[in-house]
Amino acid sequence: MKSDSNISPHPASNWVAIFGNPNCGKTALFNRLTGLHHKVGNYPGVTVERKSGQLRGTSIEIRDYPGTYSLYAKSLDEKIVTDAVHAWRSTADRPKAVIVVLDATNLSRNIYLSLQILDWNLPTIIVLNMMDEVARKNIRIDMPGLQHHLRAYRVIPASAKTGEGISAIIEAVKNVPPAKENIERQPRLIEIERYIHPLRPLIEFLEEREEQIGHNTTLEALSLISDFRHINYLKDVLTKEDFRRMKALLDEAKLHFDEHKIPYRALEQASRFAFIDMFIAPVIGEEKISRRSRSEKADRILTHRFFGPLLMIGFLAFIFNAIFSWAEYPMNLIENLTNLLAGLGQTSLPDGPLKSLLLDGVLAGVGSVLVFFPQILLLVFFLAILEDSGYMSRMAFMMDRVLHKIGLHGRSVLPLLSGFACAIPAVMSTRTIENWRDRLITILITPLMSCSARLPVYILLIAAFIPDRLLLGFVSLQGLALMGIYFLGMFTAIFVALILKKVFRGMPSPPLTMELPPYRLPMMRSVAWQLIDRAKSFLQTAGSIILAISILLWFMASYPTADETLNLSPAQKIEHSFAGRLGKAIEPVIRPLGYDWKIGIGLITSFAAREVVVSTLSTLYNLSADGGSSSGLIAAMQNDKHPDGTPVFTLLTALSLLVFFAYAAQCMATFAIIKKETNSWRWPLLMVSYMTVLAYVSALATYQVGKLIGFE
Amino acid sequence: MEKNRLFDLLPGEEAIIESIDETLEGSERLREMGLSDGARLRVIKFAPFGDPMEIKIRGFYLSIRKSMAKQIQVRRQPQLQNRDGSEI
Repeated sequence: MKSDSNISPHPASNWVAIFGNPNCGKTALFNRLTGLHHKVGNYPGVTVERKSGQLRGTSIEIRDYPGTYSLYAKSLDEKIVTDAVHAWRSTADRPKAVIVVLDATNLSRNIYLSLQILDWNLPTIIVLNMMDEVARKNIRIDMPGLQHHLRAYRVIPASAKTGEGISAIIEAVKNVPPAKENIERQPRLIEIERYIHPLRPLIEFLEEREEQIGHNTTLEALSLISDFRHINYLKDVLTKEDFRRMKALLDEAKLHFDEHKIPYRALEQASRFAFIDMFIAPVIGEEKISRRSRSEKADRILTHRFFGPLLMIGFLAFIFNAIFSWAEYPMNLIENLTNLLAGLGQTSLPDGPLKSLLLDGVLAGVGSVLVFFPQILLLVFFLAILEDSGYMSRMAFMMDRVLHKIGLHGRSVLPLLSGFACAIPAVMSTRTIENWRDRLITILITPLMSCSARLPVYILLIAAFIPDRLLLGFVSLQGLALMGIYFLGMFTAIFVALILKKVFRGMPSPPLTMELPPYRLPMMRSVAWQLIDRAKSFLQTAGSIILAISILLWFMASYPTADETLNLSPAQKIEHSFAGRLGKAIEPVIRPLGYDWKIGIGLITSFAAREVVVSTLSTLYNLSADGGSSSGLIAAMQNDKHPDGTPVFTLLTALSLLVFFAYAAQCMATFAIIKKETNSWRWPLLMVSYMTVLAYVSALATYQVGKLIGFE
Repeated sequence: MEKNRLFDLLPGEEAIIESIDETLEGSERLREMGLSDGARLRVIKFAPFGDPMEIKIRGFYLSIRKSMAKQIQVRRQPQLQNRDGSEI
């Protein structure tokens, strides 16, 4: 039976797919459906295409796909969704059921994607999310009417915020009926006669091959004529000869449209929205366009010509200030705990290499990076708030003109701001930029944004060498220095973007269309999930890479052991070690920047991950301090002297190092993710080389010019 | 003709979409977001630096660059409410 094989899900499939528009609350809903039991494909090297988890209380897998407006992909993100859907042509790749999440306060736009997915005729659950808001806004949705016109397996009102409807969704998935009951062949659109007529030969041709195509043939014809890329999905399902004949029929149809001057490129969209206006609009109680929503009223101030940008700067200043001041207490706590552990170990562990490894290698190394954990969490927290509240889009709206001028996109705001937390997710988030040129430039400059891994280095150097004074009685000099180093990265990014815009001027840059979602109170639940995800990935890095490098460094700094009879001081012993020799070897190259061999070791080890420099220095100084006493790293650095008695670290050395770390591409994971996202070695190599040159030259200039004008 | 582009509307003005140049890059996305011929919209404002512009259509708010708004033909509609947003 032809029609059966065409629509039935694979009997063995035990997974469901979840789709939705951007901003429909899909992620929060996904989290509700899975609890915290989901896997996030994380860097490095792992594909982050989708999240998957277990539907609560079942063995059914649920796969989350990126938000998309339609199944005609405009960006890489959306292509993932489109590819996944087109895989349903083959019975084996069909899910047990499909969930489409819709923002119920904005159905007439949200429903378009649902229509496209419903027409694959798998058991489809339409979830009307944000019903709590619908109730508040007094929007009336005729549920039976909607169910009737959509012909969906289920239409379920829900709210990821209150938890309404969650159990109903789980029940619906569990009770998916056998495929036969879902047979539904009439596509959900209004066929427009003068369009359909010229397509008849093509539709008839496809109908004869319906088995291979595995999808409604009228829709296939409409998609072929609406989207020139669609044809690629048929390449593998048809024979070479059939494919050639189909192409000929398609060209004929296009010719016919052209001859009669009928615009055909928006055919599918027009037929869909005709359907929406005819059947769906009457049952969903859409908000009038003349109505001033609360968000619109708020935007009178928030995106105001004058107050908008002013407030934006204020918010950002607040965030950076908060990161510095709020994190102080938890940081002290972590530091005290580390010291407590070190003290305990000192008295209870037997002397020997193991004690040295645990205390001087592992604890000192990992502890000194862990102490910056609170600040990273704060930054992630604020980014989540900005994103979930809807304010991030307003920043993009306000900044688009400026960003467009330097070859970027309003949407570059998100990756660039995320770059302050971590370049890796930031580079991944450039997928939402539809245009390749804008995306590539954004990727290449994102690593210039001072990520949270640089923060430990900045804080260490600023705390140690910038005087803790107030300017004009209320501006902290240290805070100012931190802001300055962040601005240095930002301004350099603009400069580099301008150059890249010139280099890539051949590539087109299509216009920006971006939704401004309503302001919403961020769900603490969802913010917490994001925090947990990020915390996990940070701790995994700290727990694996940094631990490994800490141990390696401890080994390099401890071996080969010097001849006991020479009675060398601990510092001299380190000079004799592998680490000391390596640092000395590169000293001539970094001497002009104001660095000694200890910093040299730090630069080498931090090529893989820049925050490692803190633990490196900590390991080095802990080892050279007499009897391994846990005097703070800051004090150790301030007191360190060259053999001739002059201090190793001066204000100028610190500034030079700050500049170096602001620019240098010391992150293997960023390199890997750029390689993956651009699918080429060319761009990551370009990124590393331009940043390394920039770092070296700028640090050199800082130190030498500083010396000339009499600092030191 | 020149005066009937989305670009020519002032904040607060309402209009109906007549046609969108279908060779325009990005017009497909506009169609998919519900900017179909005959759909009604209202101009909210221009961004602080003058570009892009914000419109309301099909119950949601959309930011659209002026270069694109020049390719969208519209027909102005009489406004059905007072200036403060209350309905007549």
